[in-house]
Amino acid sequence: MRSRYAPILFFSAIVIAVQILTFATGRQQYLTQLTMTGYYSLVIVGLCMLMGYAGQISLGHAGFFAIGGYVSAFLTTYDLTQLKGNLLIGFFSRTGLIVTVQDLYGGDALVFHPWMACIAAVLMTVLIAYVIGGPVLKLKGHYLAMATLGFGTIVYKIVLGTSFFGAADGLSDIPGFKLLPGLEVSGKTAVRIQNYYISWGMVALGMLLLTNLIHSRAGKALRAIHSAEDAANAMGVNTARYKLNIFVLSAVFAAVSGVFLTHYNGGIGPSEASIMKSVRYVAIVAIGGMANLWGALSMGIVLNFLSLRGYFGSYDDAVFGVILIMIMLFAPEGLLRREVFQGAKKWISGRGKAEGQKT
Amino acid sequence: MNIELLSQYLVAGITYGTIYAIVAIGFNIIYNATGIINFAQGEFVMLGGMIAVSLHAFMPLPAAILAAVLATMIIGALIEIIFIRWLISPSVLRMIIITIGISIFIREAALHVWGESVRALPYFTGTEVTVFSVGDVHISPQVLWVTGISAVMVMLLTFFFNYTLLGRQMRACSANRDAARLCGISAKNMVTLSFVLSAGIGAFAGCVVSPITYVQYDSGTGLAIKGFTVAILGGLGNSTAAIAAGMVLGILESFSVWVMPAAFKDVVSISILLLILFVRPSGIFGSVEASRLKEF
Amino acid sequence: MKAFKMLAVLMLTFMIMAAPALAKDTIKIGAILAVTGPAAFLGAPEAKTLEMMVDEINKKGGIRGSKVELIIKDSGASPEKALSFAKQLIEEDKVLAIIGPSTSGETMKIKSVAEEGKTILISCAAAEVIVNPVAKYVFKTPQMDRDAVIKIFQQMKYMKLSKAGVLSSNTGFGKAGKEQIEKLAPEYGIQITANEVYDKAATDLTAEVTKVKASGAEAIINWSIEPAQAIVIKNARQLGFKGPIFQSHGFGNIKYVEAAGEAAEGVIFPAGRLLVVDILPKNHPQKAVLMKYKKDYESKYKEDASTFGGHAYDAMIILTRAIEKAGSTDKEAVRNAIENLKGVVGTGGVFTFSPQDHNGIDINAFSFEMITVKKGKFEILESSAKKGNSKKK
Repeated sequence: MRSRYAPILFFSAIVIAVQILTFATGRQQYLTQLTMTGYYSLVIVGLCMLMGYAGQISLGHAGFFAIGGYVSAFLTTYDLTQLKGNLLIGFFSRTGLIVTVQDLYGGDALVFHPWMACIAAVLMTVLIAYVIGGPVLKLKGHYLAMATLGFGTIVYKIVLGTSFFGAADGLSDIPGFKLLPGLEVSGKTAVRIQNYYISWGMVALGMLLLTNLIHSRAGKALRAIHSAEDAANAMGVNTARYKLNIFVLSAVFAAVSGVFLTHYNGGIGPSEASIMKSVRYVAIVAIGGMANLWGALSMGIVLNFLSLRGYFGSYDDAVFGVILIMIMLFAPEGLLRREVFQGAKKWISGRGKAEGQKT
Repeated sequence: MNIELLSQYLVAGITYGTIYAIVAIGFNIIYNATGIINFAQGEFVMLGGMIAVSLHAFMPLPAAILAAVLATMIIGALIEIIFIRWLISPSVLRMIIITIGISIFIREAALHVWGESVRALPYFTGTEVTVFSVGDVHISPQVLWVTGISAVMVMLLTFFFNYTLLGRQMRACSANRDAARLCGISAKNMVTLSFVLSAGIGAFAGCVVSPITYVQYDSGTGLAIKGFTVAILGGLGNSTAAIAAGMVLGILESFSVWVMPAAFKDVVSISILLLILFVRPSGIFGSVEASRLKEF
Repeated sequence: MKAFKMLAVLMLTFMIMAAPALAKDTIKIGAILAVTGPAAFLGAPEAKTLEMMVDEINKKGGIRGSKVELIIKDSGASPEKALSFAKQLIEEDKVLAIIGPSTSGETMKIKSVAEEGKTILISCAAAEVIVNPVAKYVFKTPQMDRDAVIKIFQQMKYMKLSKAGVLSSNTGFGKAGKEQIEKLAPEYGIQITANEVYDKAATDLTAEVTKVKASGAEAIINWSIEPAQAIVIKNARQLGFKGPIFQSHGFGNIKYVEAAGEAAEGVIFPAGRLLVVDILPKNHPQKAVLMKYKKDYESKYKEDASTFGGHAYDAMIILTRAIEKAGSTDKEAVRNAIENLKGVVGTGGVFTFSPQDHNGIDINAFSFEMITVKKGKFEILESSAKKGNSKKK
């Protein structure tokens, strides 16, 4: 039992240590990119669960991220003032589900409370994931890849073609998300540290949930599905249901991080829904090791952080492409595995000897 | 309803359809020989167009196209030899990710080689404004070129896969690799050959469609998605069906523009694809029984 | 556990990677541009232009004796990257000003970051919302889409056309133009018979053009900046559309004329004067600036100078003038100086800023020229609506 929670405790310790370190070295600015990285990592661990443990590829996860982000962004910015007379709106307004906010230029706007928007976004994602997931997960291999790619493309095109989603410009001026009094998801410098903790707290929570899931009965069933689906089926595991539930769970992970990152950034654009984004998520999971949550998480952190810092410059996508090819060729089980480390260790201690350890 | 308008939408649909179909054929060749889908197929199309345009500055059009096709074939062979040949029974997932990686890499390389500007080959016959007209229905000669070339290509491929030794060896490898090897076929060479062939066909497609569509470093991705859609719609591996499916999809897209905002054209076509995948994953023209037997 | 150690080590490495310390007297200017990605046709020439200008400024000894340090970040037209870079430039590099981003969507996302960080932002994107309503630190250099649309509508009235079929691409550029067309059409008595948006990567637009043609349009107005704009005119002519075709100022690149070949003949579009600089009269106020930019850019990069690179050129000129005028590199002083700049000649026009006007180009005097294509070359449209007809706002 202890070993299950030890990694999460260790992880939390690193999170705190990094914050203290940035404070001590006067590089608090890094927290901005680290916070954004945290939310992307949440998508990645969710996808890792789907790819590694349920064995299903999804080339449309940016779609779920975008559904979360856009629904929340739309509900918290769409001004309901002219609908004030409406009975339902009046009811929402009295119960505090709709609030009055001030926009950037001092005007008043009547919009949904972020909590309400967040819940709506998650419900919407669950619904869509169930509807899509049922038939999609019956497919395999290339067909599955194409179907999820198709789903992602549809979301992207809808977002891009719909004027109330801001078409190509996306939505801007999205208010902060007050989780609790004094705790706000927002990009303002004043709340930077708490936002770092909100982001990484969510990641820790997500990891806790997933590790527990893996160690539960469901997790064993999933691993059985991954190694031999027919055999698992024969043993009485309802494979279709397990796969669907994991699909929905990972979609929710993506949607929640979409909601939070949108409020943190104060905006969302169609690039978040693009196929390239979905491919990146898949790439990072693959690099980290399909069935290796911590590996995927670490690679997610490293690559997203470097990319958001702009270290790759104009070669951002090219770097991803090359890493992707290299990993899949030389270490298809992922980079962060014992064998790779041992290989590297041997390579460092006595070159030459390690030649055979490459894979 | 106006019959001329109807015919014009039909012609538009056929234009889309032939472009998609000619790209889809390339997907099918590699699939036929190896059972994998090459996500970098769109990049072969782009490379063909780009190289031909660059060479056209120094040589006549047919020579430029021939040279571009050969150059892309060499690139195709190199890709297979460097990245794929030595993998021992890779999983479908791994192949998908590798080919996606290759596609990103080629695209970014093209950006740094050719820049972001747009290029096009001249029309094979006539100019940009030449058309054949029947009443108020107009069609560009280039569309006929693309249609004709796709038809010839499919015929040649059908002949190749069914009646030549090499073609039958390639099919044998796809059906059962081990059995094919036992019969003395070099499976590895067949795979390389399929990459060369599909790179060549992709590049040729790129040259033929470039007067209509233009070519830019990132034009491969969009074409690949549509080509892939059509390949699946027709039933993977079947090039004749791909042409029919291309027409169906093109015409559906064209008529969707008639009745709804054009911004949702792709939403319509991909929704149709999803629907087909859900109810009949073997494709409109594919055999359900045969697809059950295949390993994915 | 290995993974954790690796993770910890990597995290530490990032923390230690320090930005190189710099001499105090350099002026730091940041730029967030879409050098790659879907808006590369904007960002790439903008980045090249800025690099060229900064080289030149530094060779001449800098601005007021201080060297200029330019930090270009490639956003690939992703708002989330633009946001991350904006915060980085403001907080870490402590830049005086940010030039860019190239697209309206990105600019709108980082507008509030610039405001909060009290850092000057000179956007190279055209959308009107960027400077209307005015935000204290946000400026922009490109001409208003509104002005371009007005020019087209005036020309349509002059040609006695009142029914327009509108096509636009699904990018920020297309969207901004489409909105202005919809807004201004009633004012000019123009009826929009069809209004279609197509994908930026469209390969053929026969169906869309068929729809527009069937709607009874007398003229087609197309608003996009991708290769698709050449496809539109080609398809329209193939379908036998005889009326005039209007394009946006995004057509101002001879490559699109080459791509469309014969079909491009007679296309009419508003453009900055960079395109026709050779035929501008000698006494034209912009002639010298335009000639210099065109010559410098083309001799350095061996490619045609574009109006879009000009947006960055103007931003840099404005910033340089403002620093000189303010006599310091204090953000607040420079910002105030920009608002008081008068008659600065740039490639896009002559800029006169005020606290109410953060774009500063006067439409009547200096902005778009109506241009047409004749025998594969750009020419000033002779039979155009007279300047006197222009009405302000």
